[in-house]
Amino acid sequence: MKDQTLQIRTSPHLKRPMATNTIMLHVVLSLIPVMAFAVYSFGITALLLITTTTAACVATEYLLNGKERGKQNIKDWSAVLTGVLLALTLPPGFPLWMAFVGGMIAIALGKFVFGGLGQNLFNPALVGRAMLQAAFPVAITTWTETLVNGRFSHIIPSSLTIPFLEPIKADAVSGATPLSAFKFDKVSTEIQDLAFGFTSGSLGETCAFLIVIGGVYLGVRKMLNWRIPVGILGTVATLTTILYLSDPVTYPSPWMMLFSGGLMLGAVYMATDMVSSPLSTIGIWIYSFVIGLLVVLIRIWGGLPEGVMYAILFGNALAPILDKSIPHRIYGMSSKNQNKNRA
Amino acid sequence: MGIYIESFPSSSQEVIEGRAIDLANATAAEILSGIQNAGIVGLGGAAFPTHVKLSIPEGKTCKYLIINGVECEPYLTTDHRVMLEQQEDIFMGLRYLIKALSPQKVYIGIEANKRDAFEKLEQYKPLDLAVEMVLLPVKYPQGAEKMLVTAITGLEVPSGKLPIEVGAVVINVATTAEIGRLLPHGRGIQERVITITGPGIAKKGNYLITIGTPLRFILDQVGAEDIKEVFMGGPMMGVSVSNLDIPITKGTSGIVAFKPQQTLENQAEYACIRCGACLDACPLSLNPSQLGILAKNESYDLMASEHHLLDCFECGSCSYVCPSNIPLVQYFRVSKSIVRKRQAKAKS
Ligand code: SF4
Ligand code: SF4
Repeated sequence: MKDQTLQIRTSPHLKRPMATNTIMLHVVLSLIPVMAFAVYSFGITALLLITTTTAACVATEYLLNGKERGKQNIKDWSAVLTGVLLALTLPPGFPLWMAFVGGMIAIALGKFVFGGLGQNLFNPALVGRAMLQAAFPVAITTWTETLVNGRFSHIIPSSLTIPFLEPIKADAVSGATPLSAFKFDKVSTEIQDLAFGFTSGSLGETCAFLIVIGGVYLGVRKMLNWRIPVGILGTVATLTTILYLSDPVTYPSPWMMLFSGGLMLGAVYMATDMVSSPLSTIGIWIYSFVIGLLVVLIRIWGGLPEGVMYAILFGNALAPILDKSIPHRIYGMSSKNQNKNRA
Repeated sequence: MGIYIESFPSSSQEVIEGRAIDLANATAAEILSGIQNAGIVGLGGAAFPTHVKLSIPEGKTCKYLIINGVECEPYLTTDHRVMLEQQEDIFMGLRYLIKALSPQKVYIGIEANKRDAFEKLEQYKPLDLAVEMVLLPVKYPQGAEKMLVTAITGLEVPSGKLPIEVGAVVINVATTAEIGRLLPHGRGIQERVITITGPGIAKKGNYLITIGTPLRFILDQVGAEDIKEVFMGGPMMGVSVSNLDIPITKGTSGIVAFKPQQTLENQAEYACIRCGACLDACPLSLNPSQLGILAKNESYDLMASEHHLLDCFECGSCSYVCPSNIPLVQYFRVSKSIVRKRQAKAKS
């Protein structure tokens, strides 16, 4: 046999064919139907909004990390994912300059200050969204009607407001979301409209059905921990069913709760962010339950119509505590050493 | 500069042929010395001298004798072949082992995907031998001693201890067959079954190979072409070789050859994304993610004192699953040797 240079490396010599960049890319790909539907419902404005936040996130990631690391980091697709997710939480007519600021904040404050990918305590997209909500409370609750004529040729006017100069007029508020309609006026929305997206709301809040499909795809490919959406939605469904059966007039129906607002998007795509959710399986179940419980509490008894964002951010803060405090069984440890937890 | 060579404390074997051990009349001690003289070691890959393993320490008794028919690594099929072809040797070896250890229960553990081997053994099982055959889930590293003891008896081997702590002795099935084949005739070990496989090999299969055969000669016979990486053992724990002019040893359970396209070169490493895959993969339920972070910070002592580093038996499952390509087990190997050195220094 010919002599050849053999390569030496340490075992294992096999590798599961699933890399972090592949996972992130697939999450982005699975959101394409949701994005396409948003563009269908809200027109070119939606496309502009998604492009703006994504560009802001990618540019920020690149600039903050310098040339070398920035290039490497962009290849992991996580900045793109943050940009897309952020856009999906915003209302269609949201001013683009604000969206750009939101994208920068998401990466800078949500990720970079913690030390980059893997170190962040909170889901970066939600950090961006929370900051925008605090800074621009009016713009972020200004909803436009879905499926308006001319949506493919005209941009929603509020999108093009000039930074800091034009205030959003409060009377621009049109098309209340299903949740606010119920909360403040006790108007219920037809369930099929909710599931298939013919209501007003944020870009990615309207079509629950497509989000479920994306989630099932990722769950089957093991790129998402199915326990999180199942845990959150299960908790919400159980609690609201109990409430609804006790008093159907005061409380919204479980269907309405499950399919409206950001719950689907949050449960499938935000709470499942691996970095900001607990490591252990028991931790994951507790985390999901707490988020579900908080969603119900805020939506029904809190002052806001929507509570998914705060519920998930709270869950994120809880994750490291769960990792530290859940006693964990290690093989072959006597019971007195067992309490040395693993995190 | 000088090199200090320290001999392995249990390298106590010299093959001495010609002393047949008669099963009916031999004492336990005679069987052990027969095994020692035959040069038999654990053929699963660890190559630990079998007579040392069978010497039960003072104060312990062997309750369970477990014959390990679970392949120690993916790709390897030597144990499967032995179970399909050498049933009589296996049961003869088992008789010697039972006589040497007087266990209360005897098990043979086989993976569920090797039903043919299970049925063959069931068919050849002598009526007077009380052996329970157990089918086990196919899950690497099921063939690791501790995992096997737990799967069969439900007992966990305490941290840092051997299976005998819970009364179990685990012997590989090929080792058992070798005992049954050699002892009645007083012969010594000369050859072993080796799986030769991998994309770089034309004639893949299990071969009976004389110990000491040069690797280069073997690869020529099986048609190895365009190979970039060769390792001895399985793909999860095997050691890659830099030179083909080395001999086969008793501990060589497999030879795997990869072509250039199969080798894991230049995989980009990403940050840990806390996906939890390594936690689910670790058979001991350690936290490889945390251990990896500590290793990067060189907090070796903390790894050992709080995170059970020394329990890790380097199965490689964590590195295999990690989507961020973090060389976890590679870190742990280095960390373990540093911790061991520090501990030895502290003692002396
Ligand atoms: S190599 Fe990894 S998976 Fe295997 S025992 Fe060690 S830490 Fe656990
Ligand atoms: S498998 Fe890798 S990326 Fe996932 S938690 Fe473990 S170390 Fe982190």
